[in-house]
Parts: sequence; C-alpha cells; structure tokens
Amino acid sequence: MSETTSTTATTAQARGSFRTPTGGRVDRTSPVTFTFAGVEHTGYRGDTLASALLADGVHQIGTSIKLGRPRGVGAAWAEDPSSLVQVEEPFPDPMLLASTVEVFDGLVADGVPGQGRLADIADSARYDSRHLHVDLLVVGAGPAGLQAALTAARSGARVALLDEQSEAGGSLLGSDELLDGRPALEWVADAVAELAAAPEVVHLQRTTVFGVYDDGFALAVERRTDHLGGAAPEGTSRQRVWRVRARRTVVAAGAHERPVVFTDNDRPGTMLAGSARTYLHRYGVLAGSRAVVFTTNDSAYRAAVDLADAGVHVAAVVDTRDVAPAHWAVELERRGVPLRTAQAVVGTRGVERVSAALVAPYDRAGLAAGARSSAGVEPEAIECDLLLVSGGWNPAVHLHSQARGKLAFDAGLGAFLPAERLEDLLVAGSAAGTFDLSSCLRQGGASAATALSELGLDVTAVPVPSAAEQPPSSSSSAPDLVWVVPDPSGDSSRQFVDVQRDATVADVQRALGAGLRSPEHVKRYTTIGTAHDQGKTSGVVTSGIIAELLGAAPDAVGTTTFRPPYTPVAFATLAGRDRGQLFDPVRTTSVHDWHVQAGAVWEDVGQWKRPRYYPLAGEDMETAVLRECAAARTGVGILDGSTLGKIDVQGPDAGVLLDRLYTNLMSSLAVGKVRYGVMCGADGMVIDDGTVLRVAEDRFLVMTTTGGAAKILEWMEEWHQTEWPELRVHLASVTEQWAAFPVVGPRSRDVIGAVFGAGGSEDGVDVSNEAFGFMTWQDTTLDGVPVRLARISFSGELAWEVHVDSRYALAVWERLIAAGAPYAITPYGTETMHVLRAEKGYPIIGQDTDGTVTPQDLGMAWVVSKKKPDFVGKRSFARAENQREDRKHLVGLLPVDRETLLPEGSQIIEHREDGVLPSVSETGPVPMLGHVTSSYRSAYLERPFALALVKGGRARVGELLHVPVKGRLVAVEVTSPVLVDPEGARRDG
Amino acid sequence: MADTLVPLQRTHPLDARPSLTEATVGAVRVVDVSAQVQVRAAVPGPAADALAQVIGAPLPTRPGTWTPTPAGGRIVWLGPDEWLVVDPSAPSWDLEARLRAAAAPHGGAALDVSGQRVVLSLSGEHARDLLAAGCAVDTHPSVFRRGAAAQTLLGQAGVILLALSDDGTDYELFVRSSFARYLADWLADAATEHRTA
Amino acid sequence: MQMIKCPWCGPREEVEYHYGGQAHVAYPAEPAALSDEEWAHYLFFRDNTRGLFAERWVHTAGCRRWFNAVRDTVTYRFHATYRPDEPRPVTA
Ligand SMILES: [Zn+2]
Repeated sequence: MSETTSTTATTAQARGSFRTPTGGRVDRTSPVTFTFAGVEHTGYRGDTLASALLADGVHQIGTSIKLGRPRGVGAAWAEDPSSLVQVEEPFPDPMLLASTVEVFDGLVADGVPGQGRLADIADSARYDSRHLHVDLLVVGAGPAGLQAALTAARSGARVALLDEQSEAGGSLLGSDELLDGRPALEWVADAVAELAAAPEVVHLQRTTVFGVYDDGFALAVERRTDHLGGAAPEGTSRQRVWRVRARRTVVAAGAHERPVVFTDNDRPGTMLAGSARTYLHRYGVLAGSRAVVFTTNDSAYRAAVDLADAGVHVAAVVDTRDVAPAHWAVELERRGVPLRTAQAVVGTRGVERVSAALVAPYDRAGLAAGARSSAGVEPEAIECDLLLVSGGWNPAVHLHSQARGKLAFDAGLGAFLPAERLEDLLVAGSAAGTFDLSSCLRQGGASAATALSELGLDVTAVPVPSAAEQPPSSSSSAPDLVWVVPDPSGDSSRQFVDVQRDATVADVQRALGAGLRSPEHVKRYTTIGTAHDQGKTSGVVTSGIIAELLGAAPDAVGTTTFRPPYTPVAFATLAGRDRGQLFDPVRTTSVHDWHVQAGAVWEDVGQWKRPRYYPLAGEDMETAVLRECAAARTGVGILDGSTLGKIDVQGPDAGVLLDRLYTNLMSSLAVGKVRYGVMCGADGMVIDDGTVLRVAEDRFLVMTTTGGAAKILEWMEEWHQTEWPELRVHLASVTEQWAAFPVVGPRSRDVIGAVFGAGGSEDGVDVSNEAFGFMTWQDTTLDGVPVRLARISFSGELAWEVHVDSRYALAVWERLIAAGAPYAITPYGTETMHVLRAEKGYPIIGQDTDGTVTPQDLGMAWVVSKKKPDFVGKRSFARAENQREDRKHLVGLLPVDRETLLPEGSQIIEHREDGVLPSVSETGPVPMLGHVTSSYRSAYLERPFALALVKGGRARVGELLHVPVKGRLVAVEVTSPVLVDPEGARRDG
Repeated sequence: MADTLVPLQRTHPLDARPSLTEATVGAVRVVDVSAQVQVRAAVPGPAADALAQVIGAPLPTRPGTWTPTPAGGRIVWLGPDEWLVVDPSAPSWDLEARLRAAAAPHGGAALDVSGQRVVLSLSGEHARDLLAAGCAVDTHPSVFRRGAAAQTLLGQAGVILLALSDDGTDYELFVRSSFARYLADWLADAATEHRTA
Repeated sequence: MQMIKCPWCGPREEVEYHYGGQAHVAYPAEPAALSDEEWAHYLFFRDNTRGLFAERWVHTAGCRRWFNAVRDTVTYRFHATYRPDEPRPVTA
C-alpha cells in the first residue's frame, strides 16, 4: 500500500492534482516550466520549488547524507531541514532548499544526497553591497514588523524594513485571518503601499538579516534576481549585502514550528503542521490527500481544520494530551475528523513516502524511564500520505542571541525566549513568544514607539487593526512538552533529531554516555545543529532531550550559541565587488603607462605595481636582469623609485624629533646635505632605513622604504603625539607628491647634465663632483617646474635621484630617457635594484632583517650615534642579549662552485669535511647557523652571491660553510657583505 | 636639448583612460585643481592668524567641516591643527611658499601636496548610491550637507569627502593619486546598474 | 563592525583605526638610568586586564590623531574615548 501511494503520486497523471481550484498567492495566469530530477514540471509564478512539486504530488526531494534515506519537504521556509536541492540551471548553486527557491521558467534542479556540488566554472554573476543608515531597522514584515515600520514611518524616522520572503505578510501569508473585518493581506497591501510612499523608508523583500553585530550593525543579504532566472536584467547584481547601521532594531522575525521526534520521523510526507497550512493558503497546494495530524498543542488543530475544509481526508488528530481543547474538539467533530487524545505517533511506515502513522497510547514515562510501559502494546497503523507534526513553536531568537541577549527557557512554551531587553535591540511578536495576532500587532507598534522615543523622536502612534476573536482561553489547553516519543521497542537509532545530519536520539544518548553534558559539546559530538540549517528545528529539541535524559531542567541545560549567518550566505555574496581587479587596490605611479609600453614584468610591492624587469625580445628574467645590471654598472640605468615613502618634517623642533627617532644624529645635517639613517624600535631592532634630506633649517624630507611608508609615518606620529607633544614639528606624507627617479651609472652625470646642466635648463646645475658632491642635493627648475636633484646611491655607482612633482613626473622621465638615448640609458626594475644594492651589501629591511636584527648585526655600528644621550632603541643595545658575540650578523656568501644560486631562505650549517648531507637519524639535529636572506647572480662578479644572517658571522669571514640545497651540500665562503667596490671609488664616477 | 622637446606636460592618473564620466552616467568628473597645500598651525594662535591672512579666510575649527575661500577654493579641516587649502588657480609651489612664509615663523607649516591627491566631483541623482556602495559614513543630507567633510574610506581607498550641496546631490572626493585608477575603476564598477538601468 | 568614537571626527567604523596597546605607559625619562630588568619591564610587560582597560588607538584613515580609550576587554564595549592630553575619565 505504501509503495503504491508514493508511486502514483509521482506519475504524470497525478500532476497538478494537488493544486486547489482557486486561492493562494500564486499567479495562476503565469505558468512557469521547470525541471526537477530530470522531469519537467509546471508551476506558477509565486511558487517555490517545494510548493510546485507538492502540487504535482512529489514529496521526495533527495536522500540523506549518511544513511541514504529518502527525504522530502519538511517545512515551508528556511527552517526546513530536509528539502536540499542543487540548482543546475541557470547556474550551478549547491545546498538550497526547495522550500525557499522560487520557480521560474528554465529552472533546472535536482535533489541532493545531503550534499551539493560547487560549480566548476567561474560564477559570472554580480554581487555587491550597500551601506544603509537608519533610525530603526525592522526585521520581518509580518504583522508585528509591519506595524513597527508603519509607526516609525509615520513618525518621520529613517526606517529599513527587511523581510526574507518574496512578499510581505509573514505568518499572514499562510493563514486566512481577517483584520478590521477584511482579509489580512489587504491590510498588508495597504501598509506596503504606505511604506513605499514614505521618503525615508527602505523596504526590501527577499532580504534576510543574517547577522546582528556591535553598535547597531546588521548584515542582510538581498536576493535580487535569483527568482528571475534567465529574465534577470543585465548588470543588476544577483545578490546584495546590506550593511545596515541602525540606532535601534526591532526583531519581528516570527517563530519556527518545532517537530516531535519519533521513530522513522524522516519519511517524505512528514511535515510541520503549520507549513501544510502555509502550502494551502499561500500556494493553493494540498500537501497530501490523507493526513494524520500529531500534536502536543492547540496550533495544529487549525491546520487539521483548514486542510479538512480544503478537501483533505484527515484520518486522525493525535494529541498527546489527555484533554483536547474544547473549541477545537467541536470543530473536528463537525468535520467528522477522529480525535485521539493521550496518544502519540510512535513510528511510521513507507519507503519513499509515509504510508501510515503508527499510533499508540502516549508513554509519559519518557525516555529516561528505560522500560517501556507501552511495550507489548501493538501500535495501530493509520494509513496516510501526509503526517503533520507540531511540538510547539520556537520563537526566532537568533538575532537577539547574536546580539548577546540572554535567553531563558519558558516551560509553558517549551522554548527559549529573550530574557532581557537589549539597549539597541527589541524583540516583538512571535519572536518574543507572543502568538495571538492582536498582541503581535500591538507589540510591534509599541516596540517601535519605545525605540523612537528613546532616540528622542516624536512618535505618531498607528491604530492597531482589530483581529478576529480568538477561541476563548477556557476552551484551549496548555501545551504538552514532548521532545521524543519513546520507541516501543526501545530502539532510538531511527529517531531523527537532526534530519539533515542523520543524527538520532541514539547519538545523543551515546554523547551523554561518553560523559558530555553541555549542548555545545553534544552538538560537536553528534553534529546536531551543524548542518546548513544550523539546527533551526533540532536545537531546542536537543536541549530538551539532554535535559530529559539527565533529569535536568532545560533551562539548566541551556542552548547552543546562535551565531551568524542565520541562513547560509555564499562567499561570492560576502566578497561583493572586492574580487578580480578590485580585490586589492593597485597603486600606480605617474610613469605606470610608460612601463606598460616598455613591456615591464611586474612585481607587487605592497599594493604598488612596480616594474620587476623589462625583458627585450627573447629574454628571460635572468638575462634581462644581467643586462640591466651591466648597464647600471657600466653605462646608465634609470629606475622608477616613486613608490619610496616620503615624509615632510617641518617645524623648529624637526631636528630634535629626528634625533630621537633615528639612531644617528640628524640635527647636525647641513641644509643641502643628505644623510642615511636607520630607525629602530624601542627594543633596538631595525624597523626601517632610508635617506634624509635637510631641506631648510626647519625642514627635512624623510625617505622610507616602499613598504614602510605608512607604518613609519604612523610610528613618528605616535612618538610625537603621545610622548613628545611639546615638540613644534609637523609630519605629513608626500609619497605621491614627489616622484623619484634614480639615474644610476658611470654615464649618469652625462644624462643629468644634459637635462639639468647649464645647457639644458635656464638655471642649469653644475653636475661636476666638485660642485655637486655625494650626499648633497640641489634645487633647480625644468621649464619652470621645480625639480630636486640629490646625489644618493643605492648601488654604489655614481647616481642622482631626480625628485619632481608627480604631475610632471612622466614628462621629466621622458626627458631623461631621451637625453639618455646616446648612452643607451636602460630602464631597470626592482630585481636589478636588488642585485645592485646586494652587491654593495646594502640590506633591505624586511628581507635581510626580520625584526630581530640590530644595526650592529647589520655591520652598521657606524650609523649608531654615541654622542646622543638617548634615542629610540638605544637603551636596548646595552641589553646582554644584544651584546652576545654569537648574534647573527649580515655577511656575504660566495658559492665556491661559482655556479649555484642559493635559494633564499636556505639554512646554513658548519662546513663538513666529507661534504655529505648528514643523516639526522645518525648524527642528531644539525646546528643551524643562520639562513640566506638575499641571493642573486652578479653580472659584475660573474658569479652568484648571497647575503645571509650567520651566527657570529663577522668572525667567520674567510671560513667555509655548507648550505644544503636539494639534498646536497653547497660549499660557500663567508665574505664581507660588500662585494663590489668596497673602497667606494665608483660613487663619484 | 630642451629646445628639441615639448614643454613639460602635466599628466593626470586618469588621462588616456576610458571616460569615468561616461562610465558613471555623468556622475563623476575629474576636477582640475591647481594647488593643494596642507597647512599646520595651533588654533587659536599667530600661525593660524597668519595663514588666514594669506588665504583670506579663517581656518575652520570644527572637525569634519570645510569652508570656502575668497579665491574660490576651499579650506578643509584635516585635524585639530591641520587643514588642506585648495586653490583653483594659484601655482602650487608659489602658494606653498607664501603660506609657509606666513606660518613658519610662528611654528606652523605649509607643504605643497598638489600632486599627492586628485579631485573628483560626484553629483546627480546617483551620487549617494555610489557613495553607499563603499562608504560607511552616513551621507544623509540631514547629517552631511554643504560644509561637511569626512576623511574616510571609499571602497578600499582613503578619501576626503566633501558635501557641496544640502540635498545630497553634489560632492567632491580627494584621493591619493596612486589610488586614483583603483578608485576610478571602483566607481565605474559601482555605477554598473546606473548604466544599464 | 564596531564603531569607535574618534575624539575629533566622531564615530567611525573600526577599520579606520589601528590599535596601539596599553595607554598611559610613558617612555622612561632616562632609559640609561634603568636596570636591564626595569628596561625589559618597560619594553615587554603590559597589563592583561579583564574588564576596563585604557588603551591607545589612532584614527589612521581619518584625522591621523592618536587618542586613548577605555574599553571593556570582556564585552569589547568602548566606555570612553579621550584626547591624549586629557586624564583617564572615570567610567563605571
Ligand atoms: Zn579622527
């Protein structure tokens, strides 16, 4: 019998037969065709995949992740733990819920075996974000949320009303309530129209507030075109993240119905009772033809009555309570629906679809009792193709809890409720445990009024529409608290707590048996609540089961922490526009396009794009760099050094500040002179280096490394602002103000002379050694544009740095290139710059140092002033640790074979007579003496060389050491780090 | 050599790039500013007075504001002792020299930063939507109207944002010139829906 | 995304700021006069307070000013921000 039911339900002749003739919110004039599991179906605009499939009698969606059991539609929205699908067309999208995917023409979807599959092609959809500032954020456009939003709108507040469904109305969409004597959805439509006309209201549907964070910050995802499929407008983002900053938030997010756990409670056709009512009223779909309703509370009676009225044969209402609510008992009797009190569903039959509910007297002894009082009593099978379940309602306290609001267990509701009012977040309606419509409306309006008056806004109250009278409370019954219906045979291994994880009561029992007590631990042991629904239906039940098994109160057991996101959000959505070329800003210099034209290969230095080298046709990096190096050492080269950090230091105390921050004396620098300096942290470790130009008595230009620019300005400001605010000095970045071009090599004087010399410029500069000495600068102009020339060398060669307002930089660069043509001026990149400086033993801070290196370690004791009483770092040089002779020193390494390019980062060990890499198992650990920090091929030396930090390195100059490279030992000679022109003869040309 | 060469051309990071104005449906335009000079002074004090004398207007002391100058420029508050003086026509190095000469004797400072940042105007019905795409500052005219200034982030670029009107349709953006192309690309991208709508 | 109130610019998102460690730790007047141990204490030791903690921040993306804040290290909540020349305010 069970098999025939499910088979007929999926055959073609059953198609559409579960759709009511009229009613529902779907647009029956707009049919849409979609494909599910290879079968074409027709639904209507306004359907979800689940409602359209249910209309065709399809209940099974997929199979479960571990056990492969058939799984169906469990609910009508995001609390559904089981209707997992993979959308294939228009674009592969894994792990969506049939109950939340809206159908459109051309949709192709499949059920998934508990787990979807990512697309193997790039997602071409657009995702973006917007910031939004409001006085009041209202989450949820149900009755409470709408009343809150109306109140705020009429009060003139800036409002955001965000709701996750395709249209406003919340619970009213799934009911047939009246407000002010007319259908409630007419009131909803009026409210929506009023909000649309209000200038300061942003009302968005299909928008899920998935996280609430500090200081009124909330994140929401708006699904803008998902429901349009191929009809999505070009250029419109598919999803948008709203970054909402709200002064107050009213959470009116509703409640989720809670299941009761029993044996085989996972069969397709098993559904939350209120969801069946939603399928009926909202979608015009009967979730089955023959229903059994299993409940512990009054709310499911509405579903039984509405379904019976719509033509569903309701075979029984099974209530665990001894006494059914009088009002509803009469309603059932009127419809001829059998009512069974003090009974429970203890199991089901069926394979791909439930075919019968097994009903037995309800065993109040519960799980912990062990022996079953009902054992031996044969349950009664009631045939059905739909089993509706209600174990009560869980208010959607997620956002309150994310905002660190406390929760408390309400024994009457059997659920956790907000236990405190947060300063900037209020909860209203069923999310606060208020379930009758009038109270929800009142509470929504009142919450908004409270929030706005706290903000000092004048509140315009909005009359509350009157709802139909509720059944008198005397005729209702208190809900029963039932987490699990014990299995008659005591087998809890098919009692599913987390349907998506295939986690059962048996798993919880095992976890407790292993000594776990906290729901947080049980969650991780059993995986309950870790699936993509994050335990919306299983979380509270788990707490209840733990409490029951431990004989504790659910309040004492507590619940797991609610964390964002409320529902899953794709990484692409979170990334938004920060991807591709906008992933990280690309910083460019004024000469960038010239470098592009010249075929530069780029190196990313921080966010800057710098030319690494400029290959000629057929050149690889090695040959290009050897050529560029040779040009700089024998002819002339030019580098775009504009990325160097530059800081303008002005004021009467400028020199004093620099004296305190540099290891050497800067105040003694004469105007017109340049000095190299090193900055250390208070711990004495080098943090940056560069040249300093004294521009005027009260003005310096500080050059930093490219990577250190922002950090060093902040460092200098930190000391100035927080330690020495009395110093009259002002700091500012001029990194982009000044372009800087080192012109390097024996012929650089010719080039600089040609452009800026007496023949080239109206106030020409005498570039002779005598008139323009090393480490001096001079100002000049070029066509009226101020230019600063400085004789600075980072290569050991005769060199000038040309500084010019970056707006004129390209023009000046082109002049230099033109003037250099007779000398074959060669643009070079960062790679050549590194080789040239390394040949001279000039360290790169951050490459040859790592925050543990002092100036003395670098062999730069000469840059550390002995005259100054103090400077940042000085005291630390005297620490015993920094005085040790076996500290690592910067040295040069020359591979003895004159061939091997040592990989940077290679370890260095003592020289071994046998030249064989020792086996650690035989010799034990081999002491590491240090590592290679820089390594290049030198055109000048005609061999590879390296810089390295080596223990006691300066005392080892002349020694042989070994560097393991790919399993063999490479012998290296320790040298001074200065390998080219140690006398400094080349710098004057 | 100079006689064989064209005079030194000024270039702009957004030269020879696809039109940003077109890409943003008219919302963004490049603003040509002759001079930007950052000045420093304690307020109240003689350096501030001397600077005001040269500029022809007092330095605004309220954080997050800018004021107009008689020369048609602006003075933008950057910090409690720091302002950006923008001049539409004065040669930048000349303006630095005049301001520095006034302020330095009193411990103040002035420095030419005309090449440090470029200026974009952002106007029209989409202006606020473009800002909302990447700026966390509330630009609602009730809290950010003519005279307001904010140093903040737009996308991932640091910007100085000025409100020029009271109705949320006219702004000016200052961005470091090395970030100009990034920001231009970012703005053009943010305007995608305005182009296709 | 927390909001931090710059004493000059007002509330801004935390990404505009950099953290600067414990506040009110003055650079020693005469480092040379300190023992190695005293100097190491200045260099390496900071309070690890549970609760209200005075710390330094700098408004990097804004006005570039350093300022102090009193923040609860348990809740992260800022109780006050104040200029470097102001004393630590009395906070609950
Ligand atoms: Zn600030």
